[in-house]
Amino acid sequence: MMEPAMEPAMDKGIHIEGLSKRYGAGDTAVDALKEVNMSVAPGEVIGLVGPSGSGKTTLLKCLGAVIEPTRGRMTLGGEVIYEQGWKIPDLRALRRDRIGFVFQAPYLIPFLDVTDNVALLPMLAGRSNSESRARALELLQTLDVAHRARAQISELSGGEQQRVSIARALANRPPVILADEPTAPLDSERALTVMRILNQMARQYQTAIIVVTHDEKIIPTFKRIYHIRDGRTVEEAGEGREIS
Amino acid sequence: MINLAGRDILHSWGKFVLTGMGLGLLIGVTLTMAGVYRGMVDDAKVLLTNSGADLWVVQKDTQGPYAESSSIKDDVYRQILGLAGVARAANVTYLTMQVRHGDKDERTMVVGFEPDQPGEPGYLVAGRRLVRGHYEAIADVKTGFRLGERIRIRRHDYEVVGLTSRMVSSGGDPMVFIPLKDAQEAQFLKDNDAIIGDRARTAANPSLNRPGVPGLLDAINASQSSNRNVNAVLVRVEAGTAPDAVAKEIRRWKHLEAYTGTQMEDILIAKLIATAAKQIGMFLAILVIVSAAIVAFIIYTMTLGKIREIAVLKLIGTHNRTISAMILQQAVGLGLIGFAVGKIAATLWAPAFPKFVLLEPADAISGFVIVMVVCALASTLAIHAALKVDPAEAIGG
Repeated sequence: MMEPAMEPAMDKGIHIEGLSKRYGAGDTAVDALKEVNMSVAPGEVIGLVGPSGSGKTTLLKCLGAVIEPTRGRMTLGGEVIYEQGWKIPDLRALRRDRIGFVFQAPYLIPFLDVTDNVALLPMLAGRSNSESRARALELLQTLDVAHRARAQISELSGGEQQRVSIARALANRPPVILADEPTAPLDSERALTVMRILNQMARQYQTAIIVVTHDEKIIPTFKRIYHIRDGRTVEEAGEGREIS
Repeated sequence: MINLAGRDILHSWGKFVLTGMGLGLLIGVTLTMAGVYRGMVDDAKVLLTNSGADLWVVQKDTQGPYAESSSIKDDVYRQILGLAGVARAANVTYLTMQVRHGDKDERTMVVGFEPDQPGEPGYLVAGRRLVRGHYEAIADVKTGFRLGERIRIRRHDYEVVGLTSRMVSSGGDPMVFIPLKDAQEAQFLKDNDAIIGDRARTAANPSLNRPGVPGLLDAINASQSSNRNVNAVLVRVEAGTAPDAVAKEIRRWKHLEAYTGTQMEDILIAKLIATAAKQIGMFLAILVIVSAAIVAFIIYTMTLGKIREIAVLKLIGTHNRTISAMILQQAVGLGLIGFAVGKIAATLWAPAFPKFVLLEPADAISGFVIVMVVCALASTLAIHAALKVDPAEAIGG
């Protein structure tokens, strides 16, 4: 069971302070992240941009509780999840219930149909099959892919697959979604459609969404952008261009 | 909760079923090997049962007539008939030899027997019993001989007048039954050239061809060209008499060896086919190891093909036990398909084997359990690989 260490004053989104990550030790040690600070509020979509090797993926893995930071502090939904070690004993449950993932390629489970790809997460969280499928269908309707609910993944277009992967990320109503280059394989129109959907979902479900991207097409859509270089982040205001 | 293994199998059922069929053929070979051994044991038991004897009397210090050669005089049976508790006693000969059938040779065991005595075929499936004293034969259907056909044994032709079945030697050779006198001749009589040579040598020997003893040379020649040997005497004891007791008397007073049915079964199964059984046992062990290696390789390869999906499953919070269960269930599923295919294949091809293949239900049950255990063990390699997958692989970088 998770043991919450609530801080009522803290934002309900995701908040990190002084987060560092060092790989290796001694002369060969590499500091991939250096005192990174970042805050994302519920309902907000921010961009995390930077060149290759700047530390984007390392930061994403730390935020996703996949690798352990070396030091710093992370809170999620007002709860401290990392400070001199993980504060949540069951990281698997943390990832399942409170963090959504959207990848560059959709990485859907090819042997499950569209509905079950989305329903799998609530099922893993212990919800009944019927409740999980009802929730999945609701999300698929919201994302305008309900008509492919019984389709196999291989029958979907790239855009449809990405919508299904967004539905999967939202299936357990997580407070944060980490999206790793979600528009990279898409053309401009579809990339902007994905961003429109992410913004819509962030508002609708009050989810904080962090989008790691290189994609010049979508960078103007962010209201806030974190630039990361050599393991350090710099925050700047984005254009926040409306997506039609 | 969704059954991930079942969904994966349904998703790629063609590949899964084809893989299972390949494994099934290997399992079929394994079951058949066990069936070959069972067939050998059954052949040995049928040989004893069909002989209709309670005791086998053979040459002293031998384990004849099947496992070793044995030669005793053909009048011994009269002495045995005189023993208390003996109901019937009859001479028999056994000789494994090539029988000429048309333009090819058939390997058979030629049995010499006396009609209506122990040693004759228990039943016929076609034709009649022997009614003439010479040159008639009853053959097992496995010889391929047909009623009315003529076969050649040594220098005489025999007419096939009856057919029987499940009459085979412990080596699986089908039997051909002929009159005892013919069989003695076939087994012991020398060829004409050898007889002529012996007669010339005897005539040239002054001590055997004395001018003052008329008839001596003829008597010696007759003795050399006739034969009074058989391989065994088959004995049936009276109701209520213990075969062991009669066997003991024969050993004590007749200076012959006598085996009961249990002892003869032990000789045939524990000694005669022991090497063949070990050979088959080695094959079975190798086949089980090969099957296990193949299942392990298939499941491991299938799992490696799903590394990205497994990483995603782990990233989104799937328990290791769920992933392990998925791989285990697939391995067991593969084993189930393989066993079903193997059992069907073995059942279909067993009758085509030249020797009797006996597929026992108990062997099938044991085989099923072994296949399931082997599949479960073989899946551990793939489970180990899956559990080592880092969920971070789904994120990349």
